[in-house]
Amino acid sequence: MFKDLFQKKRKYATLPSDRSAVSGDAEAQQRPKREIPEGLMNKCSKCGTIQYSKELEKNLKVCPSCGHHMRLNAMERIAMTLDEGSFVEHDADVVSIDPLEFPGYANKLEEQKLKSGLKEAVVTGEGAINGQPVAVAVMSFDFFSGSMGSAVGEKITRIIEHAGQYGLPLIIFSTSGGARMQESILSLMQMAKTSAALGHFADKGGLYLSVITDPTMGGVSASFAMLGDFIIAEPGATFGFAGRLVIEQTIRQKLPDDFQTADFNLHHGQLDLVIHRKEMKTMLGKLIGMHSKKEEL
Amino acid sequence: MAGELAFEQPLVELRKKIDELKQFGQEKGIDFSDEISRLEERYAQLQSEIYNNVSPAQKMHLARHHQRPTTLDLVPHIFTDFIELHGDRMFGDDLAIVGGLARLNGEPVTVIGHQRGKDTKDNIARFFGSPHPEGYRKAQRLMKQAEKFGRPIITFIDTKGAYPGNTAEERGQSEAIARSMLEMAMLKVPVICIVIGEGGSGGAIAVGLGNRVLMLENAIYSVISPNGAASILWKDASKADQAAEAMKITAPDLLDFKIIEEVIEEPQGGAHRDYEATALAIKDALERHLGELSVLDAQALIADRYEKFRRIGLYASEAGLPNS
Repeated sequence: MFKDLFQKKRKYATLPSDRSAVSGDAEAQQRPKREIPEGLMNKCSKCGTIQYSKELEKNLKVCPSCGHHMRLNAMERIAMTLDEGSFVEHDADVVSIDPLEFPGYANKLEEQKLKSGLKEAVVTGEGAINGQPVAVAVMSFDFFSGSMGSAVGEKITRIIEHAGQYGLPLIIFSTSGGARMQESILSLMQMAKTSAALGHFADKGGLYLSVITDPTMGGVSASFAMLGDFIIAEPGATFGFAGRLVIEQTIRQKLPDDFQTADFNLHHGQLDLVIHRKEMKTMLGKLIGMHSKKEEL
Repeated sequence: MAGELAFEQPLVELRKKIDELKQFGQEKGIDFSDEISRLEERYAQLQSEIYNNVSPAQKMHLARHHQRPTTLDLVPHIFTDFIELHGDRMFGDDLAIVGGLARLNGEPVTVIGHQRGKDTKDNIARFFGSPHPEGYRKAQRLMKQAEKFGRPIITFIDTKGAYPGNTAEERGQSEAIARSMLEMAMLKVPVICIVIGEGGSGGAIAVGLGNRVLMLENAIYSVISPNGAASILWKDASKADQAAEAMKITAPDLLDFKIIEEVIEEPQGGAHRDYEATALAIKDALERHLGELSVLDAQALIADRYEKFRRIGLYASEAGLPNS
């Protein structure tokens, strides 16, 4: 009788899951995979936690278990930053061409459009944050690694000029692998063009908030991203000029584990703030509010 | 002349033959003057064939030639009274960028340039001409000083790129480069930039926002080194020559893109053959362009510089029509 009471229950129902496949369960791997609709689940690239995509969306694509800020498409970022329905896109017709007839560039551009659903690596326009009008440029890493060629440089320059002309606060969300190699010197010159535009914008007293998201490197880090009146990064965002790989390959220097993370940059004085994605809109709104001109009587 | 590149080998060989023939004639007392003058003619012909058709990859090798004149090699031939000034007043003195005061035809100017080393020891001290943030901050300091005292600024561009390393990142390499460009855009004095060797990426453009940007004939200017591009594109850094062709990095290419205003001719065979002649060609160009800019006031100079960089870029807009 007692034996019955302490009998080990061995008959739990087992369900095949992705996790058992990951753990190397041979039996599980042999079973036919369950039909799970594409995109239903999402796995954190940092801690490996699997969760419902819908839950993750609600959490602004921040992993609920480790706090990892996942990369966002420009349109997702706009939706979570600007007041609903306030965004009006500018210069959507400005797109890249292949000025150098660079090997493979034209095809790659088409691929990137399909992949990201965007026409360029940056989306620009006007909108509002808590009722306050702003000019924004939002880069998207899923389009050509957010690289800056002529079209990206032109769109960013135009929105800077627009903000200057209409006295709007400017917010740029950066994420980029750097200048776009396929446009060679024309890409490099976009660094000069955007920085010069910001010089003129600053001269007029314009307010520029630069938000650095993961990752922001090379020609974008070394131009408009680091020229904000306020420079804010998302937690864990990697940014800097020369990437880890380049440094390790060229000068074979041993680099710290947290190299070029937001914390590293904050520690070395390269940032004003590190702000969680959930708090970003509030912080941007607050900073803009503290710079708004006193209402005329 | 030592240091010939692979594409110059036919000339080296022909010269050797001529010398041998001369020597042989002298030793044996035979008159080869007819043959020698024919060979000399052939030599001159070959020389113009080779030097009039220098490919982009060959220019890349000329731009990187170990004897190519550096900023400090050229300065004494162009200016007088050069006084080198040091330090960024914040962290240190980066020897990869040099700068100071000098006179151009008697008029005070500020001169700033990347500085490669002349030998291994010098190169180590100068980080092979790759600046740290303090280098760009020294440059900014000297530019603001020039602006205060109303002196024109001349920069020489010659770097493989900004220094890639932990120390540079910690001290804000990105910010230093970005800030330098922004400050240059707003300078109230004439600015002329000359690419004298390799214009490597962000490290080069950081001191490259001039009212005029000029390039020596065999200089190159690029967003990424051809070696780097080759390793990304074809996973093979040894295909740099191929990448150099594809990337449009030569002075005539940049003139076509309207990124530079003038190509400054080098002595036949490259700048390293004759420093003085190279310097005089640069001086001549500087005098002309500074003369043109001298009629502009501060606001006009800033506007002129902005317009120059504002229009750079080739993209499509409005129903697919490329801009011009």
